[in-house]
Amino acid sequence: MIRLTVGALLLAASAPVLAETHTIAPGEGSQERLQEALILAEPGDEIVLEAGRYVLTDGLSLDVDGVTLRGSGMDGTVLDFTAQKGAGEGLLVTSDNVTLRDFALENPQGDGIKSKGADNIVYYRVRVTWTNGPDAGNGAYGIYPVESTGVLVDGAKVTGASDAGIYVGQSNLITVRNSIAEANVAGIEIENSRNALVEHNIATRNTGGILIFDLPGLPVMGGGNVIVANNLVVANDTANFAPPGNIVAGVLRGTGIMVMANDYVLIEDNILQQNPTAPIMVVAYTQSFDDERYNPLPRNVVVGSNNYGVGGDDPQLDGAEMLLAAFGGTLPPVLWDGLGSLSAVEGTTGWSLNLTEAGAGLGGAQPSPLSAPEPEGEFNREGIGAPAELDARIL
Amino acid sequence: MKRAFALLTASVLAFGGAIAARSTVPDSLPSVDQSAILTDGMPRMLSEFGFFADAAGRLPNAGLIPYELNTPLWSDGADKLRFIYVPDGALIETDGEGLLQFPVGTAIIKTFAFGEGDDQRYIETRLLLHRADGWTALPYRWNDEQTEARLAIAGGRVPITTADGDAISYRIPNKNQCKTCHSVDDAVVPVGPKARNLAPALLAQLAADGRIAAVPEMARIMPIWTEETADTNALARAYLDVNCAHCHQPGGGASNSGLDLRWEQSDPFALGVRKPPVAAGRGAGGLLFSVEPGDPDSSILVHRMNSNEPGVAMPELGRSTIDHRAISVMRDWITEMGQ
Repeated sequence: MIRLTVGALLLAASAPVLAETHTIAPGEGSQERLQEALILAEPGDEIVLEAGRYVLTDGLSLDVDGVTLRGSGMDGTVLDFTAQKGAGEGLLVTSDNVTLRDFALENPQGDGIKSKGADNIVYYRVRVTWTNGPDAGNGAYGIYPVESTGVLVDGAKVTGASDAGIYVGQSNLITVRNSIAEANVAGIEIENSRNALVEHNIATRNTGGILIFDLPGLPVMGGGNVIVANNLVVANDTANFAPPGNIVAGVLRGTGIMVMANDYVLIEDNILQQNPTAPIMVVAYTQSFDDERYNPLPRNVVVGSNNYGVGGDDPQLDGAEMLLAAFGGTLPPVLWDGLGSLSAVEGTTGWSLNLTEAGAGLGGAQPSPLSAPEPEGEFNREGIGAPAELDARIL
Repeated sequence: MKRAFALLTASVLAFGGAIAARSTVPDSLPSVDQSAILTDGMPRMLSEFGFFADAAGRLPNAGLIPYELNTPLWSDGADKLRFIYVPDGALIETDGEGLLQFPVGTAIIKTFAFGEGDDQRYIETRLLLHRADGWTALPYRWNDEQTEARLAIAGGRVPITTADGDAISYRIPNKNQCKTCHSVDDAVVPVGPKARNLAPALLAQLAADGRIAAVPEMARIMPIWTEETADTNALARAYLDVNCAHCHQPGGGASNSGLDLRWEQSDPFALGVRKPPVAAGRGAGGLLFSVEPGDPDSSILVHRMNSNEPGVAMPELGRSTIDHRAISVMRDWITEMGQ
């Protein structure tokens, strides 16, 4: 009888009746205290991380829907993983409707924050930093949502990732905005994803600023419906420090915005300055593949009006001197490999490699000035970006 | 009922000396507490379940079925004491060579221990409880005195000397990390007790006892990992299935990698042959493919199994040391693939 009553109470406690706030302070035992709070939280609860430095030895994880993890600011609350001994990331989120805000991770041994199959997630004013700057020994991704529907990254800052600072993979309904990606191999990367809006970000000192990729051989393919607008893409001139073998290891130092494969992508109203290889690059998937489901070509890529400053003046390309001489000292801002389809607003200057086959290398390149048709009609923005309900969480 | 339990416990304690001398536990001992398995909660002590006749967990209740796996998960060389408890009269369904389908009320109990004979020490006991709304995973940590195991939902670290003499910081997983491996399509599931990885004698015994309707038909069973003469391909594929495929399969924790290391997978690309890395980052070690036939030194799979560094080491959870026999088997497997 007594046991029955206790059981009933436990059942009642598991229903989200009243959201609770659990406050965690740094110091002795913070690994266990924080992880316990993440496990015992109920849907709707908020876990508050007081200001200070949390020295952690193992990855953290959250698997409860509807939880908010809130620090006291990305400079005030620091989860320090410098001494991490295990797990593939600093924080792993596998539940839906989670909000992560106002805290930082430093020096995670693998990825920073990974959210997998975590729908409707918000990253707000979160910072992930590898404090030693660009280094092949740093973790791959700073902010890493994957296989999720509904992703909002706002006000984030990632520095030093050996792959991509902010990486959204195999996901749908995505917004990445107001964020800073600095000194990563790829600043912001949207990969094998649909309906993504990348706007009002700063990408600087990366090898490549903003990458929109679609790759073969993955469970989710067919990336597209992407808008890259109103970003400041400046001085992405860090030598590529990705470990060889990874796809971004092929990104050329000095790439501003790059589209590889994908269908229906708009690039407009960006400020592109001091990206010495190519302010904008649109190419087919460059490697061989064996996957019938995959289309390697960039299709329906629209280059709108952008603000082009200095760029294309020191390209990391074979025959750079000859190319520079041919184009009068500076390459024009848009580089297309000539495969798939691309349109550009009047006045856009660029050059094409005029390739005729994807994945066959640059042997057949016959560079010439870009000749692209004007875009047909307005770009259809419908359904692109994170659901509005995610905005409501950070107002 | 509670009172009766207490009285029985007292009498057991009184005759503790006699009990310890016996090799089996008499049927008259208190039975497993079904409500602890079924009730939506997290008992603080392992002893509350009544799986063992003694708080120290050395005397399994008569209702517990001990089992071993042909090819087990590597956990820093820990010895594992595995038991299944199935409620009286309930039937276990079989699914060909796949996972046994246990009824609600089942508990799977696995104790991790280091040391030989009298020096053996229990470190942790992991439970999988089949409740009405699905499986729940709970980790329990043994105390230094070896007298009780307490719920450790946040996991922990314990200094251990392994059988190979390595001093390591052994990681007890937290409750979420249990799910990281024991999860398909976001639901917690058992991983180990698949018919193909259980001893034929055990399956025959379960059939004879009426716990399963019949021994399932199986095309091939997994090899015994410790048998030196076993076929390299079978050993490698069994090891990958048991140690890696819980994440590396569709719906698993590493599904986005596109790598599928299940026993039943036959597509070489899905198994990593000439497959480029996706999200491996520095874990790829500068290598181009998961498996490069004929060249284990160029295969990411060997590189990551041969590392202890977080961010590189695979599996990501559950080991702090390198499984050298596994490395040797993988190298042979990849070498033979090139011939």
